Amino acid sequence: MNDQITPILMPKWGLSMRVGTLAAWHVEVGTEITPGDEIMDVETDKIANAVEAADGGLLRRCVGQAGEVYPVQALLGVIAPSAVSDAEVDAYVDAFEMPEIDEDEDTGPSYEFAELDVGKIRYTERSGEGIPVLLIHGFGGDLDNWLFNIEAISEKASVYALDLPGHGQSVKAISNPNLETMVGAVIQLMDHLKLDKAHLVGHSMGGLVAAQTAISNPNRVASISLICSAGLGESINSDYIEGFVSSANRKELKPKLKHLFADDSLVNRSMVDDLLKYKRLDGVQTFLDGLKENLFSNGKQNVNIAAGLDALDCPQQVIWGEADAVIPKTHANRIAAATVSVISGAGHMVQMEESSQVNDLLKDIL
Amino acid sequence: MARTLSMKDAVNEAIDQEMGRDPTVIMMGEDIVGGAGADGEDDAWGGVLGVTKGLFAKYPNQMIDTPLSESAYIGSAIGAATCGLRPIAELMFVDFLGVCLDQVFNQAAKFRYMFGGKAETPVVIRAMCGAGFRAAAQHSQMLTPIVTHIPGLKVVCPSNAYDTKGLMIQAIRDNDPVIFLEHKNLYASECDVPEEPYAIPFGEANIAREGKDVTIVTYGLMVQKSLEAADMLKKDDIDVEVIDLRTLSPIDMDTVIESVEETGRLVCVDEANPRCSIATDVSACVARDAFKALKSPIEMVTPPHTPVPFSPSLEDLYIPSADRIADAVRKTMEA
Amino acid sequence: MSNPFPLEKNKLLEAYSRMKTIREFEERLHVDFGRGDIPGFVHLYAGEEASGVGIMMHLEDHDRIASTHRGHGHCIAKGVDVKKMMAEIYGKSTGSCAGKGGSMHIADLSKGMMGANGILGAGAPLICGAALAAQKLGHDGVGVTFFGDGASNQGTVLESMNLAAIWNLPVLFIVENNGYAEATSVDYAVASDSFVDRAAGFGMPGITVDGTDFFAVYEAAGEIIKRAREGAGPTLMECKMVRFFGHFEGDAQTYRAPNENEDNRANRDCLKIFRAKVIEAGVLSEAELNTIDDEVMALIEDAVEEAKAAPLPLAEELTNDVYVSY
Repeated sequence: MNDQITPILMPKWGLSMRVGTLAAWHVEVGTEITPGDEIMDVETDKIANAVEAADGGLLRRCVGQAGEVYPVQALLGVIAPSAVSDAEVDAYVDAFEMPEIDEDEDTGPSYEFAELDVGKIRYTERSGEGIPVLLIHGFGGDLDNWLFNIEAISEKASVYALDLPGHGQSVKAISNPNLETMVGAVIQLMDHLKLDKAHLVGHSMGGLVAAQTAISNPNRVASISLICSAGLGESINSDYIEGFVSSANRKELKPKLKHLFADDSLVNRSMVDDLLKYKRLDGVQTFLDGLKENLFSNGKQNVNIAAGLDALDCPQQVIWGEADAVIPKTHANRIAAATVSVISGAGHMVQMEESSQVNDLLKDIL
Repeated sequence: MARTLSMKDAVNEAIDQEMGRDPTVIMMGEDIVGGAGADGEDDAWGGVLGVTKGLFAKYPNQMIDTPLSESAYIGSAIGAATCGLRPIAELMFVDFLGVCLDQVFNQAAKFRYMFGGKAETPVVIRAMCGAGFRAAAQHSQMLTPIVTHIPGLKVVCPSNAYDTKGLMIQAIRDNDPVIFLEHKNLYASECDVPEEPYAIPFGEANIAREGKDVTIVTYGLMVQKSLEAADMLKKDDIDVEVIDLRTLSPIDMDTVIESVEETGRLVCVDEANPRCSIATDVSACVARDAFKALKSPIEMVTPPHTPVPFSPSLEDLYIPSADRIADAVRKTMEA
Repeated sequence: MSNPFPLEKNKLLEAYSRMKTIREFEERLHVDFGRGDIPGFVHLYAGEEASGVGIMMHLEDHDRIASTHRGHGHCIAKGVDVKKMMAEIYGKSTGSCAGKGGSMHIADLSKGMMGANGILGAGAPLICGAALAAQKLGHDGVGVTFFGDGASNQGTVLESMNLAAIWNLPVLFIVENNGYAEATSVDYAVASDSFVDRAAGFGMPGITVDGTDFFAVYEAAGEIIKRAREGAGPTLMECKMVRFFGHFEGDAQTYRAPNENEDNRANRDCLKIFRAKVIEAGVLSEAELNTIDDEVMALIEDAVEEAKAAPLPLAEELTNDVYVSY
């Protein structure tokens, strides 16, 4: 194969994605693509997102057709300089082996379970080099919140993401649903995985967990990246938190989820259904009620760790979505030592809405 | 999400987890264990199709085989429910309802009301329903309209393994009498089912497929057929919304009405016989409550007004097919 | 004088009081129904008191009974509140069932009364369930299902007898044989010569007692209830008795022989028989029994007055309590 030819492939988002629909192309044959350009929209039953170019160059072929379904890692387009002939491009396309949709094949991160003191914790591991990155999701979330980030970060380091206690597929029966338990789980997992140190990345409540973990265990933490984090001030959108916790059905939950995104059309039926399925698992309602009481009572955040972070040595950064409707972006400036990046066009789930920019920031600190 | 499980195993797992959590959950039925009093193996059957296999070994005091006396043992389950137990009684085929109907519709259904709000009858009566097994007229009915009709009963008919586990757990925890119907032709169907227990509320329909042109309202095996029809119709650029009722009593008419107000077209697909059925019930309510939204007359896809025939060629004609459903959808688009 | 009866004097008074309460309750309903005061149907237990009370004197609240359409006697014997019963029969919101059930569906689960039942024979499976619950929950409660000679032919009763026998349930099958199933004689409708034979056919013991003799019922019931509590399984007991009124109020009773009712009142009145026995033994006096008579009459009078004055259910009660949760 001509090493000047670069394929555009169907991405893999999250653990369970097997196929995606190429909803639309944003570029056409003949366009000079710059890395980071939005080149196509892809939809799965879980989510829709624009795909940004990983590589630059001249778009020579659109192999994938809009509206069609392709397996993960399927060839969708070909980038090659004009010096490469059409015949060579055709040959490349013909020779490309489209992956089978194989239920058993591991084409991306799989997950494991660890039996820790706190209980069973689910995590995913993507191996790489050097000090690993540990991704910590927020209130009511799970490790799939990082579905647009894990692959990219793993180019530069090993990546771990966990389901915190009470979340995802981790243990739900938690007698003390509080910050200490969450921090304990993080350290227990690091011990279990024999991770002496990790770069901690936390989103929303996960940021508070990451920060407190670092404050309590400074020798275990290589850097801290906080994304739309809790723990930096009092304000929080309590309509969202209360609504999330109390919603018992699709009708009640959907409008609350719109607070999470700048582009609320990302809240689709599948997202709402998955969250309802989580909320209906035995023990979750009690857990969320308890955790909310501990962390966010009376419409405010209860814990502030900004001062504690100021005292730490390790590199720190804060990333915020400019349109964050859950925790105000003004909280981004609360830590003296941290570099701050506020990303426009994104809300509270900035790591999903502007994944490319966030991934770059997360890789840069390593 | 998690591992895949068949609907049959989802029933088993739901009962297993609830029996483990609550020793007052007992189950009785004909050969739900098998081998009682005989010299061979215990748990010889675990139910005629093996749905309850393995439960006797785990809960020997909570699994009870019964003689062929539906009135007596279904009635016992009902009586025991008013006395502190939470029984699950299996009617092997819903077609056997006739043999014990008084206990179900005059006793269990009416205690709470007749006794002025003081009785609670937390019994689950689970039964196989539906055609396609060549089991002929007396072993293939749905009978959903009959039990839905009775005030005081709740009626559940899931279409997939995920819903089955969550609705069964809900049924066992519910303090009213629940008729839980399992379509025999769906037992092998699989999907992702969490290992942890979870409960799905009654009276909440599931939107199995979103669409903007036509609303199909259905339940049970017909959900699958409707989704097949929807795939076929996609090629003709017709975008179909499929609503899976999941519970027939209480029924989620709000979701149905909201959908019809968007699409303006309704097809009700029902495997029960057409006179006084779920299809006619939903159609009448929509005609009354969303009349102005309708762009075309409501269509119903049902079997004919006949018993279920034996011969495979006839039974296949009896059961509504994806083709017939697609035709009905097209009809609503033309008008 | 010593007391030859198996009950202490205060218990004898209690037994008489219960029977007299039933009698006067039913007699009063007969009168008031005849005047058109009472909606629907009533089926009166007058004449059968010794059966219900003879058995119920052995039972506690955790023992369960199920009855038939002719259930007032069983309710009163089991301790259901008389005034609430009257209010229920009048369809008032203060009734035992908030006016939602009526005469044929009076129940009080707190007293172990699982309901009068409009469906004959329906109580038998329900009582098997109550007995099964007692076994599983580990207490010594028994279940007693009352049915008549008519209902004894219902499939539900026969199936329940088999079920109770194979599961060794603590159930008493009480056949209150008053000679008539509605308008049909027991001689016509029941194939076996005796109910004891039927019991044997189902693998359980059977006994027959004179249901007009409180003491005969009481003694026999005591033994079979003890059997059941000790885990020895079900028994069938036939109480032979008479009913003083028709099948339902309004029944012309033309199926009876001439003077049959007068004859029953004179010679088979269980209250008269009881009174005679206790007075002759010198254990209770006329005066003591008459005092009870007066108390009972006053209670019934109050019950009727209160029932008549009580409010009817409100319109919103029409649609509530169909389900525990909606």
